[in-house]
This record gives sequence, C-alpha cells and structure tokens, in this order.
Amino acid sequence: MRLRRNLTTLSFVAPLLIGIAVFFLYPLVSAVYFSFTKFDLLTVPQWVGLENYKRMADDPFLLQSVRNTLWMVAVFVPVRIISAIGLSMLLSQLKRGAGVFRTIFYLPALAPPVAATIAFVYLLKPGTGPVDTLLSHLGIDGPLWFNSPDWSKPSLVLLGLWGIGDIMIIFLAAVLGVPVSLYEAAALDGANAWHRFRYVTLPTIRPVILFATITGVIYTLQYFDQAAVAGSIASGQAVTGGGISTAFGFPEGSTFTYPLWLYTVGFRYNALGYANAMAVVLFVVALAVTVILLRRSKAFSGEEQ
Amino acid sequence: MTTVLQRPQIKIPATDRRVRRERRLTWIARHSIAIVLAIMFLTPVVYLVLLSVMTSQQALTSDYWPNSWHFENYVRVFQVTPLPRYLLNTVIYAVAATGFMLLSSVPAAYALAKLKFRGRNALFLTVICMMMLPPQVVTVPLYLMWAGYGLTGSLTPLIVPMLFGDAFCIFLMRQFLLTIPTDYLDAARVDGCGEWRTLIRVVLPMARPGIAAAGLFQFFYAWNDYYGPLLYTSENESSWTLSLGLASFHGVHHVDWNLVTAATVLAMIPIVVVFFFAQKAFVQGVTLTGVKG
Repeated sequence: MRLRRNLTTLSFVAPLLIGIAVFFLYPLVSAVYFSFTKFDLLTVPQWVGLENYKRMADDPFLLQSVRNTLWMVAVFVPVRIISAIGLSMLLSQLKRGAGVFRTIFYLPALAPPVAATIAFVYLLKPGTGPVDTLLSHLGIDGPLWFNSPDWSKPSLVLLGLWGIGDIMIIFLAAVLGVPVSLYEAAALDGANAWHRFRYVTLPTIRPVILFATITGVIYTLQYFDQAAVAGSIASGQAVTGGGISTAFGFPEGSTFTYPLWLYTVGFRYNALGYANAMAVVLFVVALAVTVILLRRSKAFSGEEQ
Repeated sequence: MTTVLQRPQIKIPATDRRVRRERRLTWIARHSIAIVLAIMFLTPVVYLVLLSVMTSQQALTSDYWPNSWHFENYVRVFQVTPLPRYLLNTVIYAVAATGFMLLSSVPAAYALAKLKFRGRNALFLTVICMMMLPPQVVTVPLYLMWAGYGLTGSLTPLIVPMLFGDAFCIFLMRQFLLTIPTDYLDAARVDGCGEWRTLIRVVLPMARPGIAAAGLFQFFYAWNDYYGPLLYTSENESSWTLSLGLASFHGVHHVDWNLVTAATVLAMIPIVVVFFFAQKAFVQGVTLTGVKG
C-alpha cells in the first residue's frame, strides 16, 4: 500500500526529477569543473587550476561588464519599482476608463524584447528620430541615445520603463488590497493624501516592494536580449553568419552586461573555460540573492499556507 | 480583468462646495496625467506602424507621417525576406514548448501542492533555484551536450527540455493549486479515485485559470525568446525564429526600414490578439506570482 502510494507520487514527479538531473545539476557541476580548465570547441579541457579566476581580477573588459550590470542594478531596478508604484497609485484612483488605461500601460510588457528594442532604437535615432526632432523643436539638442556610451544605458532604462506593465499589475493588486478601513481611519485623523500614502499604503505593500526588488535584481543579472539587440541595431550592423555579432556591446562596450560578455567570451572568442568561471561567479551571486528571497518571502517557502 | 482588480470606494461626506470643487480639480488632474502617459505608451507602436507603411526612401527621413500609404509593404515583407520560414519556426517552437510544458509540469505542480511525500520541500526549493538561475550559468555545458548529439542548429534543444518540466510554470501552477480546497480532493479519494483520476477529473477543471495562465506565459516566453534561438540556431538560418530574424534583418535589408518595421509589427500582433482573448487568465497569473510576497 505504502509502496504503491510512493510509486504514484513518483509517477507525478519523475519527468521533473529527470529534468533537474539533466538540465540543472549536470550542467551546474560541469560548469564548476570546466571553470578550472582551458579549452575551446576543438580541444579537450585541460586542467589549469585557479588560473581562470585569477585572470578575472584584472580583465578590463570583464570589469567593465561588471560595472555595467551594477549600474543597471542600481538604476534600472529602483527606477522601475518607483515608477510602477506611481503608475499603480494613479490607476487605483482613476474613476473613469481605468480598464482602458490599465490595458494600455500593461500591453508593452508583452511585446517581444527584440521588437521593442528595434522600436526604441528607431524612436531614439540620433538627429532624425522623432524624439530628437521633437526636442529640437523645443530648442534642445537631443543626445545620441543608443549611439553614445553615456546614454546607451539610460536609453535601455527608458525601454525598460515602457515594459513596466508586469510589475505595475502586481503593485496595483497590492495597492487595491490595502483595507479601506485603514484609509478611512487615516482620513478621520486628518491625514492628507501624501500622509495616507506614506503611512498607510507604503507599509502595507512593503512585502511586494521586497519581492519586486529581489526579482528585479535577478532579472537584471540575466539582462541580455535588449542589450544585445540595441548594440547591434544601433551600430548599423547585425547578427549575421556565425550568429555572434561583432557589434555586441556597442558603443564602446557600454552595453556589455555581464551575461552578454559571458556569451561573447564563450561563443565568439571560444574561451570556454574562462566563460565557465564567469558562469560560476554569476551563479554564486544569483544564489545569494535567491537565498534572501527565500528567507524573507512566505510564498516561496515549501510550507503550506 | 475587472473582477480581479476592483477598487473599493472610500466614502467621505462631501457637503461643502469647496471640497467638491477641489475634488473635481484632482479628478481632472489625474485623468490628464493618465492621458499624457497613455499617449507616451502608445507612441512607439504608432510610430512603428506609420514607418511601416512609408516608402523605403521616406522611412529614412525624419518624417513621421507617411506621404502615401503603402500597406503592400506587409505583403512584400513576406515575399522578399525569409519571414514565412521564421514565422513557421516560431509557431512550432511556441506550440510544442507549451504543449510539452503542460504535459510534464501540471502533474509535478499538483504533487508539490497537494501530495504529501518525503523530500517535497527540498524538491520545491530546487524548483525555486532553477527558476532564479540565470540561463547563462549553464549555457556552455548544455550547448556542448547538445552539440555532442549533433542537435545544435535546430530548435530541438529548446523544445525537448520542456518534456521535463519548466520551473516557473510549475511554481505558478502550484501557487494556484494551493487555493483549491483539499476537501474536494478528499471527497474524490473517498469515492475511490486514484491520484491520477483525481487530478484529471477533479483538479483539472477547477484549475483551468491557473493552467491557462501558465500556458500563456510559456507560449509568450517561447514566442519572444531571443537568447535560446541565438544560442542554438544562429549557425543554421533555416531554423531561425522571428526574434532572431528580426534582429538580423537590419543588416540584410539595410535600407528597407519600412520592411523591418512591418516585420516588427507583425511579430507583435499575435501577442496582442492572444492577450485580448485571455486577458483575465493572464492578469490573474501575473498577480499570482507576486501578490502573496
């Protein structure tokens, strides 16, 4: 009887167990092993000990990609969260057309990242693009956007704000879930709108802010598509032939995020051992962030609620 | 959408005129801000559509209004680019990945939510870790594994793993299944249903919104995926998907911005159509991932 029940349970999770072994544990262990070796697609891995890790410390390109990703974590994540809270507060207070506005603000989040990036590269085309044209009417000299090392990452942030819909919906549900009685009590105490937001809304939605911060950091750690496409389209070249664009990172490496540089090292320069050392470092960082999430958030603990 | 996100009204008695006037002003202010923002959100798509119906010469200028409307660009892009091939590959990838994911992940999510067994928490934690793992960490070993089987250059390395569960979809469906009262399942078990029959006869009909949300996420993920196809198919153009094709159009059809934008608009249309048919399931799914924080 007991055995039978165990077999039934096993039949439900067997594919998942195989998946974990083959597509998660095996490559993870291999990555750690490969990180101590040196090889490319044509040679056999050769043990080099800690050499890959030592090399990382003074690789200027690697350090640039770390700086780029840290910049994204420091700017992209908070800007997206603050904007999403603002947008969801606005939506929650609209009395007419809230549904229509909600759909308009949400939909861009579903656009294919490649399509959205192409749209923004065209929109922000230096000089002749509609945004720079508009700015010149106002007497402002528009920046070079995706073609300037200083403006390429802020342009990616703008693109990210356009696709803010998913976290906006999560915040909207949280804001609407704040008990009305709290607002009424605060209003009776003479609290103005700002006070109601600061002392009622904000404390209540704090767990959601934490969730959005951590998942935002995880998302930024693997930020790849938009950075890759923006670089290659803005440079006027494209992913051709072998598939690895020489234009990734354009301009001047300013859009080389850590995962994008990892990919370039592995599949363009064929330094597969070194790429795996980068992967192990990325894994350790992502794991640390995940542990924080697991400790702070109820939804992710295995216990039944 | 409305049933999930309904706002309760706050009632504060408004008798005096000053208060009422103030309120009307805030009403106007809020709606004006919303309208300005809505226009900003719509601008990129509207601009793309306008660009896509221009002549290729006009598309290179700073004009934003077409001199003449060339809707035939949408036909031409199918004739002069490999768009039909990309579209077919994308549909194959998205449909197969979604179907396979549901087959493997629904039972796993059910076991994690409703069956008691040793190691359940450990299994769930592993699923969370898989979900949070940046795909680039395991990219090189997985690529070498598929290359060893000679399967790179095709979409197989992206589709086959879906037969073995997708972490995010399992997590999402587990969260939904937790909301189904266990009493229903016990009743079925008392009636002599085995676990598989309980799942198929009792749980599946009740869990339809959660399953729909996971299916939609998976479909959209595959449809939009750029990293996977770049990694595995870039060496073989006949396996390219829409995302990969779009990113390279620019080089191949360098001056035909109108055609590039037409293809870009075409890549967005199915997403919008599916969204409007399945809005409610979708919004429910998004809220499910975060609201319980």
